Amino acid sequence: MNPTPSPPPAVTEPATGGPHAVGAAGEPARPSPAPPASGPDVAVVAEGLVKRFRATEALRGVDLEIRRGTVLGVLGPNGAGKTTAVRILTTLLRADGGRAWIDGIDVAVHPRAVRARIGLTGQYAAVDERLTGFENLRLVGRLFHLPNGESKERARALLDRFDLTDAAARPVKGYSGGMRRRLDIAMSLIGRPSILFLDEPTTGLDPRSRLDMWSLIEGLVAEGTTTLLTTQYLEEAERLADDIVVIDHGRVIEHGTPVELKRRIGGERVAVTVGRPPELALVPGALGSVLTPGAEPVVDYETLTVEIPVAGSDGVVPAVVRLLDAAGIEAHDVAVRRPTLDDVFLELTGHAAEDGGDDR
Amino acid sequence: MTAATTTVTTSPPPPGPIGRPVSSGPAWLARDCWTEATRHLIATVRNPDLLVFATIQPIMFVVLFVYVFGGAIVVPGGSYVQFVVPGIFAQTVLFGSAFTGIGIAEDMSKGFIDRLRSLPMYPSAVLIGRTLSDLVRNVFTFLIMLAVGFAVGFRLEGGVVDAAVASLLLLGFAYAFSWVQALLGLSVKSVEAANSAGFVWMFPMTFVSSAFVATGSMPGWLQAVADVNPFTIVTNAVRALYNGQDPGADLWYSIAWAAGITVVFAALAARRFASRSRG
Repeated sequence: MNPTPSPPPAVTEPATGGPHAVGAAGEPARPSPAPPASGPDVAVVAEGLVKRFRATEALRGVDLEIRRGTVLGVLGPNGAGKTTAVRILTTLLRADGGRAWIDGIDVAVHPRAVRARIGLTGQYAAVDERLTGFENLRLVGRLFHLPNGESKERARALLDRFDLTDAAARPVKGYSGGMRRRLDIAMSLIGRPSILFLDEPTTGLDPRSRLDMWSLIEGLVAEGTTTLLTTQYLEEAERLADDIVVIDHGRVIEHGTPVELKRRIGGERVAVTVGRPPELALVPGALGSVLTPGAEPVVDYETLTVEIPVAGSDGVVPAVVRLLDAAGIEAHDVAVRRPTLDDVFLELTGHAAEDGGDDR
Repeated sequence: MTAATTTVTTSPPPPGPIGRPVSSGPAWLARDCWTEATRHLIATVRNPDLLVFATIQPIMFVVLFVYVFGGAIVVPGGSYVQFVVPGIFAQTVLFGSAFTGIGIAEDMSKGFIDRLRSLPMYPSAVLIGRTLSDLVRNVFTFLIMLAVGFAVGFRLEGGVVDAAVASLLLLGFAYAFSWVQALLGLSVKSVEAANSAGFVWMFPMTFVSSAFVATGSMPGWLQAVADVNPFTIVTNAVRALYNGQDPGADLWYSIAWAAGITVVFAALAARRFASRSRG
């Protein structure tokens, strides 16, 4: 996509002192005077990331940018390349092409310096089942090279914050799925990362735990943690992300704010089913006041249903019923439907979200 | 392992704050190894079943060979107990090394290796810590087996120093094979596969050797295989030392085998670990 990657757009000042003060082998990384122009407002930049696994091209030139203190939602079906992108950004995988920077540090050149600034929560809760919750946190704190006292203190604070204090002394073996995820996220926060990667944090959780996880992530976001979140759920990306990137078959097919994306795909819809075909054409006119301006109603003559994008779902059903009554249209059914990942894909690519198989 | 980071970037890297220094140096490497080793040791102490099962089989072997087959097997030197117990020691510690591969495969399948690889720790500490913890576990198993040996009449006829050298040789040999197992554990896709891959070749290796019978009793072609088997060489060296005989060149060959296997397989395992792209 971009054969000669230029420095990321965030970097406006040329390197004056040559490559910054990092040993020839990349480590140990010494602190270097940080030029203020090195993109203080951009935490993560990826340019033209390419990754192949034998015959399959997992990434075909992915560009990403995360502004500091914001959440980027990477939305896509299984196998779209979300996890591969996360693995490259977190130094677990080397890209075959393209470059990426975390806080201005090239992930391929200074992996350990990058690791000191990130927290990763993968798709599976990466906890040691044989140890207790407290021991898991202490372990990661020590391996993060925190001083002993600090890692103990951090472990306690995080257990408290994630509501795990009562379970702290029990082996993780006995934890529920939700508790494991919470511990997992706590483990990725122990080093006070400047960027947090959450790879499908709610996949496989029951609805209740998912809601808990959302408010937990919202809490982190409120504190200004820069976050990259991958998800298969449009609702999740909408709720948590400041910017959304939609990935399909290893390519970014859309990016924008949730509002922009929603405008594009039409947000919530009201589906009105009528009794007689002639009434179908009357519905959009009757519902003019709740219709999203400029949006196109979708008429299905077989099911006698009109689907209308609406501005908001609060109180929309009673309003629709009143409007239909006023217009003398007899509605058999009125339902609110939230757009799903499938709607996004239908709108953006003309095909439904396909499972690309093994997600990597 | 961090060799890849020496790559010279074609365009100058964008100036960025490296900020938080990455603590480096031998002391940090040692600390990381220790932290990882204690993770497994705590787990072993908490679930001692593994340790128990690791000793049941060799104890059965001692009983089986000393009391069941012992009377029917004639070995050079006379006493079959003095002959077979060092062989079973060697087999026990070698089998003990299989835990390395199984443990690594388990960490990989649960994504824990990914978690460790995303931390600013020394990546090599993951494998070094694991093999060291398995060495400690093997020391315990070995001490139990030594007690079992004494119970069935085995004696240190060569004195304490020779016995200590023999014991260190056994543990060093087992440590070397921990690295073989580490490579296997990193190469397979499941814990079950690690289990089979770890044990399947150890049975022929330990039985087609001088551990249980003198190789002279085998058919010529098999004897040729048994005689070059490093397991035979180590068993012979250890047996000589425990029995107060001169191990001769076998001692040096054993040390060379252990050192060579450690160096080669540690390097291969480290490379595999660094390139392992999926957890």
